[in-house]
Amino acid sequence: MSEQPLLGHRPNYVLPERELLYPGHVACPGCGASLSMRYALKALGDQTMVIIPACCWSIIAGPFPYSSLKTPIYHTAFETTGAVASGVSAALKVLGKKDITVMGWAGDGGTFDIGIQALSGAVERNEDFIYVCYDNEAYMNTGIQRSSATPRLAWTTTTPIAHPKDEPKKDIVAIMAAHRIPYAATATISYPEDLIRKFQKAKSIRGAKFIHLLAPCPPGWRAEASDTIRLTRLAVQSKIFPLYEVERGMQYNITVWPEPEIPIREYMRLQGRFRHLKEGQIQMVQEEVDESWAKLVEKAKGK
Amino acid sequence: MEKVISGNYAVSYGAKLARAQVIAAYPITPQTSIIEKLAAFCADGEMDAVFIKVESEHSAMAASIGASATGARAFTATSGQGLLLMHEMLHWAAGGRYPIVMGAVNRGIAPGWSVWTEQSDTLAQRDTGWLQYYCESNQEVIDTTLQAFKVAETVMLPAMVILDAFVLSHTSEVVDIPDQESVDEYLPPFRPKWKLDVDDPHAFNPLVAPTEFYELRYKIQQAMQEAVEVVRQADKEYGEKFGRSWGLVESYCMEGAKVALVTSSTITSTARDVIDAMRGEGIPIGLVKVRLFRPFPVRDIAQALQGVKKVAVLDRNMTFGQCGVFGEEIKSALYSTPLRPPLFDFVLGLGGRDVTPATIREVAQYTLDHDAPTEDIIWIGVKR
Repeated sequence: MSEQPLLGHRPNYVLPERELLYPGHVACPGCGASLSMRYALKALGDQTMVIIPACCWSIIAGPFPYSSLKTPIYHTAFETTGAVASGVSAALKVLGKKDITVMGWAGDGGTFDIGIQALSGAVERNEDFIYVCYDNEAYMNTGIQRSSATPRLAWTTTTPIAHPKDEPKKDIVAIMAAHRIPYAATATISYPEDLIRKFQKAKSIRGAKFIHLLAPCPPGWRAEASDTIRLTRLAVQSKIFPLYEVERGMQYNITVWPEPEIPIREYMRLQGRFRHLKEGQIQMVQEEVDESWAKLVEKAKGK
Repeated sequence: MEKVISGNYAVSYGAKLARAQVIAAYPITPQTSIIEKLAAFCADGEMDAVFIKVESEHSAMAASIGASATGARAFTATSGQGLLLMHEMLHWAAGGRYPIVMGAVNRGIAPGWSVWTEQSDTLAQRDTGWLQYYCESNQEVIDTTLQAFKVAETVMLPAMVILDAFVLSHTSEVVDIPDQESVDEYLPPFRPKWKLDVDDPHAFNPLVAPTEFYELRYKIQQAMQEAVEVVRQADKEYGEKFGRSWGLVESYCMEGAKVALVTSSTITSTARDVIDAMRGEGIPIGLVKVRLFRPFPVRDIAQALQGVKKVAVLDRNMTFGQCGVFGEEIKSALYSTPLRPPLFDFVLGLGGRDVTPATIREVAQYTLDHDAPTEDIIWIGVKR
């Protein structure tokens, strides 16, 4: 795959310097969600309004009267990100305020589950904002309960080892693509150049944009805080979380090709939530990952 | 300009004259024609507003909140089930102090399905922190819509303009539609002190510790209390400008009345006829109409009922396990007055059952015939 462009490994890449995330926020050590926000705002700049529903970030952003962001934050109810962002975007339009980016910033529960109706409505209406799902693959803020973003066979407190999650993870990007959304992408923090490029691209497009971020949660994944970056890199290399983008719901483009390609076992072995898996189960996950990846490559070739 | 329009269109014209800037709404019978008209106004360029055709009432309220928080004048409308679906966000609208105005068409709550009028949907929202006006006529609807924006933006609480399904929503009357210039003088543009602003970034509605939460609730109650006089003032100013005032409560034929009927919404109009007839027969009966339900104008009501020997409350609503809501609230209002007349609470007209002059006669006669109620709730014409 070495002939493919390695956008994730551009040498001498310099991140935008401006920090819009204050130090001293209250995320857990190794939180993938806080680093995700840091990069996202580096990409978008300070002319951004952030809508945050109930999720880890409603804590990370700080209690009254604090804020961990240098942008406005609107904290809202769990299921309303798509709708509130629509209202904010409409108000900016009617008030003649151009060039302000509205970003919804929700967890996987608020996106895949309780907020999917408002998200679907907003995307179908092609509202002008970026919806970001930072996906830590369970209800982490309430203490690790399964969501429809939880991977198959993972342990959570509501899918205990005696009966881990039976169902596969919902394919949220496919759902967004089915809406013919102008732009959808996946990204993660171990490939910051790719992440920032995608946010900047999203910012430049009018209409609805969706970015799906894999954001490790060390306490919830039963992983070391120091492994957060490693885990997201292994997720890409193992192809369980490929980095790609979809334009108009049709045109697929793989932006970072896995290099080197690794078996899913290497991603899973650093996480206690998969520790109970037997060899046959890991094999089953591997087959699913391979199948999904093959389908994605097919779609990307068809562009 | 006089025009023959339905109660729903009176709401639409009110929102248009108020220059609502963002409308987020979802169709539901019997509210739908409010938003259809507004969609037409927006499409024709008669309104400079963004209409968000949301996928649910929950999102209608959430989007209205987002718009209001960003500094736009926001309007929505709903009814019955849709209002119930909004419930969580109704608290959010009041708690966040967004002066959204909503047309709420009273509709019976399922199951079984009902599309006809009953106040239980809006009264179930009484604890959310919204102002509530109950309207009797289409003229009152349009006037109240304009007043509601003014009051809401003064006290920074949202307001519902409430009208009966079909009896008002789909019934046409002659309505005097105020001219835009006068409305603009009455209702200046919405300029909130706090809003989402990239040049002055704040975090709105974060986690609030017990050390502050209590105070936030105290301030909502303070605003509600202030709203009583703000409503009165806005109504007075409206009267000076447009020649019509509606009051917080209205006394009708209360001079020398020994028995008072207490009504709200369209039942009031029917009751006026019955009162006229009974007065003609020499019966000392009068009527008190409650227009403002939240904040509850306790003093106005107590004063209106001073001197009567008996009070009959007509409740087209129900709070199960207690009685009618207006009956409950009026009992509470009278408790602190020296005179506590016997209060008869009539629950009637649920799910849109007709409340005719004969029904109201029966209510009046029962009250005249009894020294005190024999039951907590008196059901009129119920098939037991």
